[in-house]
Amino acid sequence: MKGNHRPFGTDELCQAALAGLFLALLVLFVFAPLSELFLKAFSEGDDGLSGFGRFAGTLSDPALRLSFWNSLWVSMTSSSLACGAALLTALSIYRTRMPGKPLVRGLALLPLFAPTMMHGIALVYLFGNKGLVTGLGWNIGLYGPKGIVLAEILYVFPQAFLILSAALEISDRRLYEAAETLGAGTLKRFWTVTLPGLRYALLNAFFSGFTLSFTDFGAPKVVGGNFNVLATDIYKQVIGQQNLSMGAVIGLLLLGPAVAAFLAERAVSGLHSATVSSNTVPVFPSKNPLAEFFALSWCSLVGILSLSVVGAVLVAALVKVWPYDLRLTLDHFLFRNVAGYGLESYKNSLFISVVTAILGTAAAFGGAYLVEKTKSPRPIREAARFLALLPLALPGLVIGLSYIFLFNRPAFEFPGGFSLKNPLHVLYGTPWILVAANIVHFFSVPFLTAVTAMRRLDPAFESVSATLGVPLLKTFRRVTLPLCFPALLEIGSYFFVNAMVTISAVVFLYPPSFKPAALAIVNMEDAGDIAPAAAMSVLLLVTNIAVRAAYGLLTQRVKKKSELWLGKERKEYAAA
Amino acid sequence: MKRLKAVLAVLALVLAFSGTARAGEITVYTALEDDQIPVYLKSFQEQHPDIKVNIVRDSTGIITAKLLAEKNNPQADVIWGTAVTSLLLLDKQGMLAPYNPKGIERVLPQFKDKAKPARWVGIDAWMTAFVCNTVELQKRNLPLPKSYADLLKPEYKGLITMPNPASSGTGFLTVSALIQLFGEKKAWEYMDKLNENIAIYTHSGSKPAKMAGAGEYPIGISFGYRGIMQKRKGEPVETIFPKEGSGWDLEANALMKKASIKPEAKVFLDWAISDEVMKEYNKNFAIISVGKDNPVPEGFPAKPLKQLIKNDFSWAAENRDRILKEWNRRYGSKETK
Repeated sequence: MKGNHRPFGTDELCQAALAGLFLALLVLFVFAPLSELFLKAFSEGDDGLSGFGRFAGTLSDPALRLSFWNSLWVSMTSSSLACGAALLTALSIYRTRMPGKPLVRGLALLPLFAPTMMHGIALVYLFGNKGLVTGLGWNIGLYGPKGIVLAEILYVFPQAFLILSAALEISDRRLYEAAETLGAGTLKRFWTVTLPGLRYALLNAFFSGFTLSFTDFGAPKVVGGNFNVLATDIYKQVIGQQNLSMGAVIGLLLLGPAVAAFLAERAVSGLHSATVSSNTVPVFPSKNPLAEFFALSWCSLVGILSLSVVGAVLVAALVKVWPYDLRLTLDHFLFRNVAGYGLESYKNSLFISVVTAILGTAAAFGGAYLVEKTKSPRPIREAARFLALLPLALPGLVIGLSYIFLFNRPAFEFPGGFSLKNPLHVLYGTPWILVAANIVHFFSVPFLTAVTAMRRLDPAFESVSATLGVPLLKTFRRVTLPLCFPALLEIGSYFFVNAMVTISAVVFLYPPSFKPAALAIVNMEDAGDIAPAAAMSVLLLVTNIAVRAAYGLLTQRVKKKSELWLGKERKEYAAA
Repeated sequence: MKRLKAVLAVLALVLAFSGTARAGEITVYTALEDDQIPVYLKSFQEQHPDIKVNIVRDSTGIITAKLLAEKNNPQADVIWGTAVTSLLLLDKQGMLAPYNPKGIERVLPQFKDKAKPARWVGIDAWMTAFVCNTVELQKRNLPLPKSYADLLKPEYKGLITMPNPASSGTGFLTVSALIQLFGEKKAWEYMDKLNENIAIYTHSGSKPAKMAGAGEYPIGISFGYRGIMQKRKGEPVETIFPKEGSGWDLEANALMKKASIKPEAKVFLDWAISDEVMKEYNKNFAIISVGKDNPVPEGFPAKPLKQLIKNDFSWAAENRDRILKEWNRRYGSKETK
């Protein structure tokens, strides 16, 4: 166990093996399905075109190029606006003494808890031609790019907020104090300390937001009007015309941003240095009435907007026939005579989400640790990092399709008549494929959250343990895990809420007699049962809020504990 | 030891959930309305309590895409109540097995495959209709449109929605009906003018009806069943079948071609066109494939078969790509107003 004597001891070997295992899982669940998609895109399709011919034809199609530019600017706009708003909100919480922080945090995350389907319905109820706000005389012209940008902001904002919060969670007060001693004013401190420390997280948030809205087809489908984007083009090809090869081609086009985001992430990660060291002092914002006033006004605005979205869903669930019979009723919660198996599907979703949260957290956090903190061979880590970020760029629809291609294959044929039974096939038609698809679909953001949290930990922890001959896994368990516990819980609840509300990937994969609740919502909406669909959304929303609340309570307890530890140091620091 | 137990527990769970259909058990893919399925299935379960039916239900587009994606290793045993235009697509890929279900002679010739034995058999037909919001039209002092020609009137400008034929089967069925009714040249001229009045092309076939019901856009080109159901639920809508005739599609059944075809699958297909279940189909659809003299549910035209245009499914299937290309060129990137 004296790792410092040997250049490559058992501990290093163990690290390399674990990193290899992580990479192997990523290859199996991310890379392999995608290669099937590649094969599909380049194989001869029903249209008799060979792969390259189809690609060339696609790229020169002016309608598709227009969709591409539309997708590009809409995603840029939504992501910038959402990140700006998320930054202001996160700063209000972590850098001022504004009252009501837990409430604001909860409200900021609220849109994350509702099925995305409901964002669309809520926007229509608020801003549609018969919407509540439109009724007051303010018609924003919902159907079209404005509607898409609004819906995407709702979708991206909570995610950006999560990434930025994780970065602001632990910062070093000494930097601020040093700046103050040097005579820097509040604004100067913001520009020279806060922003540079956030650079990495901000870029991450922007790229995540960009790819999320670039690949989302839910919002453009509901409120996009005639505005074409790439994601709806896939929908048209796959669902409208059953042209799977063409869908695969457009799916590959959507991968562009992923690659760009990855390169950008690589480029900026060099700029970043650890700002939290083993003797960090947490930031305790000083009193500043002006800042608090602005923070509170901004957060009230965010709160009101997010509440009105949920409010609209509640109205939809409680009103008899919108907008013509506005009497209230609880009937819709009984799910009588409606599509989608009612409460049965709710239980299914609970099961899937719990399993997704547990396995997903283990994979994302463990993976991030192996990539960030271990001394396993660099190519393994880089490959793993790339594959871990890739799912961000995959529309759920594409994940779903490629999973069918891979998992439903009975065997792999190799040249020379050799064939191998597909070991993944046993998962097909079982709830486990839903778990796998969910973990992959939502992997990148938790992975980034974990990476961000770990980069803020001093690498000294690892080098000190190495010098002392402590196995890395022990350091992981004793130091990293406890310090990152809030991030860990964050990740778990992120997986849970997303698995509760997701539609696009699982729509192709759910086994007979195991329909998830979010799909039941789509079925109900399809059948015109908007009110029960809204009622089910409310049910999912309440569940997710309960999970988040439990998370909040847990982190508070953990924080108190770690504050005891940090608090001791703080006193020592203050005394010095 | 603890770890071994955990691994075993997980394995047991995996096995418990791995559900490929066993003997006495069939998997049925369907695009029938979700709330109708249990009602229909009741008589099957009474007659065949020993056969377990696993239903996979989704919209036509998704079910078809799923079937195509699973082509190399089909999971479904039977396709039930899915658009015949989709079944033709599967048939072209050689995915359907020929089978004459018991009682197929009762099915009218235009509602089943011409090949013998048949590879698909229709159960009911649905057709294009305008779903109109009476409250919103009254507010604007506008009459209900009665025909395709009426839709071109300038006063309806910006009030009409229609499904995009590239995204929705109902959309394509409407466009192909216009071409078959008026002839190619006149149909495009008509659609050029209609395009002026259209507010939005939607991505799903039922969306225009729903938007009409919610008053978002008062006139939706959709299909009859949808509008009539919405009225039953209390929405202020009127469903109008255009004077010139309606485009239509069949909901049909087929047997999947597989290495081993289960006898239960054939039992299911026999039942699926039997009198008991036809009676139930008839409660939702005016046109069922076995009868000319069946009762017509409220809201449909009294002589529903007369409302149908002459629809050549194989012509429509062969020309689909060409029509969609032309449609996209003309209206695909319409600016939202």
